Amino acid sequence: MNPQLEIQTIAILVAISCSLSGVFLILRQMAMMADAISHTILLGIVLAFFVIQDLSSPLLIIGAAIMGTITVFLVETINKTKLVNEDAAIGLIFPFLFSLGIILVTLYAGSIHLDVDAVLLGELAFAPFNRLIINGVDIGPKSLYIMLVILILNILYIALFYKELKLSTFDVGLAATLGFSPVFIHYSLMSLVSITSVAAFDAVGAILVLAFMVGPPTIAYLVTDNLTKMIWLSVLFGIISAISGYWVATWFDVTIAGTMATMVGILFAIVFIFIPERGLIATMHSKKEQKYEFALISLLMHIINHQGTPREIEELGIDTIKNHLYWEEKFTEEIIDRVLDKNYAYIEDNILKISEEGKKFALSNYYHIVDLD
Amino acid sequence: MKNYVVNVNDMTVVYHKKPVLWDIDLQIPSGILMAIVGPNGAGKSTLIKAMLGLVKPVTGKVTFWGESYESQRKRIGYVPQRGSVDWDFPTDVLDVVTMGTYGQLGWIKRPGEKERELAIQAIEKVDMLPFANRQISQLSGGQQQRVFLARALVQDADIYFMDEPFQGVDAKTEKAIIKLLEELKNRGKTVVVVHHDLQTVPEYFDWVTLLNRVVIESGPVEKVFTDENLRKTYRSTSENLYRKRDVM
Repeated sequence: MNPQLEIQTIAILVAISCSLSGVFLILRQMAMMADAISHTILLGIVLAFFVIQDLSSPLLIIGAAIMGTITVFLVETINKTKLVNEDAAIGLIFPFLFSLGIILVTLYAGSIHLDVDAVLLGELAFAPFNRLIINGVDIGPKSLYIMLVILILNILYIALFYKELKLSTFDVGLAATLGFSPVFIHYSLMSLVSITSVAAFDAVGAILVLAFMVGPPTIAYLVTDNLTKMIWLSVLFGIISAISGYWVATWFDVTIAGTMATMVGILFAIVFIFIPERGLIATMHSKKEQKYEFALISLLMHIINHQGTPREIEELGIDTIKNHLYWEEKFTEEIIDRVLDKNYAYIEDNILKISEEGKKFALSNYYHIVDLD
Repeated sequence: MKNYVVNVNDMTVVYHKKPVLWDIDLQIPSGILMAIVGPNGAGKSTLIKAMLGLVKPVTGKVTFWGESYESQRKRIGYVPQRGSVDWDFPTDVLDVVTMGTYGQLGWIKRPGEKERELAIQAIEKVDMLPFANRQISQLSGGQQQRVFLARALVQDADIYFMDEPFQGVDAKTEKAIIKLLEELKNRGKTVVVVHHDLQTVPEYFDWVTLLNRVVIESGPVEKVFTDENLRKTYRSTSENLYRKRDVM
């Protein structure tokens, strides 16, 4: 494998791992918690380093996972007192633990080869330099293998506990009464998130970990209403961001991890704006359509109410009707045009009159609006 | 004690130093349709949750058929309040109803064709078959409640606890639900319902528990559901607690 391919493979493995656990984080409305975990694990790594004294030891992952779980536990404990909201609790715990980690890194900078910049944005470009050598044979970059293990762990966890994850995410109460410990599911998921974060964080940095955990699942959630599809799409969007991010970064010769995170944002914006039915454009369009449709029915009801009454000439007169609908003149004209176009009404002696067709349309829609269920 | 399904002894539940339920003693006989009635904040939902181990009581003991809740779990069905879940969750009616089979399946094992069949039958029972593949976010309040009910039917429990199944549903759904509950009772099941509407108690239920932090009275509707007991239930909570202490 050449370094280009190696970097992309590592990024894709990170993207898939993060998108997988991210789906359940998003559905549990824990995006902010993921943010906190992806940073506070630094403290875990540093503390574990003091014990193990080896920065390349895989045991550091355990230290990080413990710190991730401690983060969740602290936030929830503070939140449970009802004195502090969850978002504020995260805002307190996350900078506190993260900063402690940073302080320790800078204090012992001589003995810990951790760079604060690398913590945030990673050094994906350097990943191929750190090789895994077995019996003197170079079998590829170390982080590629670490991420492969993490990915397998994520896939196994979700494949094994898919049913339990779904149930306890949708309905905690039922999960508990059926004997599926929601506490176990919660903390095992949080441990998985921590382990994934710490492994990925070494290669790509905390920001990209977060971008991959939150971005692809959120984009997938915009596209589908089906959990299985959401998982697959999330993986797909993760891969797209990773590959496109790599090539854009190479083209402009800028930070790889940073560009990948940017691509997640751009991908989100594109889907958010253009997705049919629920995208920004679609909702604006349907809102406008609804406004017109409702105005049309209102106008028809207005005609039905006043047709044949003594005030008919005033209320329904083609020149005076706008005084009674309280709409802008241009809008009134547009609606009247639409009504005439559809043959729902006609003009007789300068008075707007409803047709049989219009009456039927208005009444059926009126009942539809009034009858709620 | 054998003919009682549930036995609650001396149960007290406290939220933030305030007693929500105070020294509850309650026996639920087999094969009844029971309403738990009381003012807002009387602890009706909490009573159900504490019986099911979802809220931890400070003191007290609950047994089902004389055994612990954990050992009888599979015979107990729970229908939470409709508002307790996120209806935007990416799933459809069939999937939610199938969740009712998870308890029988146990850990890790996935639902198969048999579970699907059971779910379809339950969906048919609540008249939701045309909506089986509908996204749950597109359901009306009444339809959501029917989905929850179908999910409970799939569990095939011997006792059901339902938290306000009539809240925010249309008249048609209310009739359909009560018909189902009666059917369950006729099949020998026990049904316990947190209920809000006093007017329908005599029509819908044969047993009633009047609750206002303490159990005011519990028994057959015609004996217990009296003006005097209702007055006792709906007067201020502090007075009820005070009187209970007096007796002790």
